[in-house]
Amino acid sequence: MVNLILYIALGFVGLALILTIIRFIIGRTNIDRVIALDVMTVSSIALIGMIAHLTNRVIYMDIALVYGLLSFIAVLIIARYYEKGL
Amino acid sequence: MNQTIEIIGAIVTLIGSLFLFLGALGLIRMPDVYNRIQAGTKATTLGTMLSLLGIGLIHLDWYGKIIVLIIFVLVSNPISSHVLAGAAHYIGIPLTRRTVIDKLSDKPMIRVQKENSNSETVLTDEKTGK
Repeated sequence: MVNLILYIALGFVGLALILTIIRFIIGRTNIDRVIALDVMTVSSIALIGMIAHLTNRVIYMDIALVYGLLSFIAVLIIARYYEKGL
Repeated sequence: MNQTIEIIGAIVTLIGSLFLFLGALGLIRMPDVYNRIQAGTKATTLGTMLSLLGIGLIHLDWYGKIIVLIIFVLVSNPISSHVLAGAAHYIGIPLTRRTVIDKLSDKPMIRVQKENSNSETVLTDEKTGK
């Protein structure tokens, strides 16, 4: 029962990732692409949490934390590059 | 009892994934960069927090790492959206045509000049004028 509901949730997150990839491809400006990358990463944190339940390993939570940290730093650096230059 | 808590956690995870899907749909349908920032970031923050909370209800012994992740997402996601919106306004990405007021720009918009009043009355006139 729990695994069935989690597989449905996994399907919704997969649909969200597909829509985000569409925006990443057609986005008119580069800021659109950065937003799509940010949304993709934050959705992937939830996805990694569900995979950590389905494979029953707690070590994936550390991977999700490091992934979110790298995405946060990347978005900050890109925004600073557009605003003031490196 | 334990089974009930696990099913409640799975339903909370399902609601969170629904919020993630709606945020990605807003990323497709919104007309503007700034609207896309709003739709993408707010819905995604709530969806990720609900999903991780549901996983934490299923596995009650993982609570430490999950609380750290929830606090990290809650702090870092609004900061990145704020910085991105500031950068987008600085390099001059145009607003959508239906924008009512732009408080960051130097010169006031045409509608504000014509009304010659502050933003609140412009908003109410826009809503009830016709």
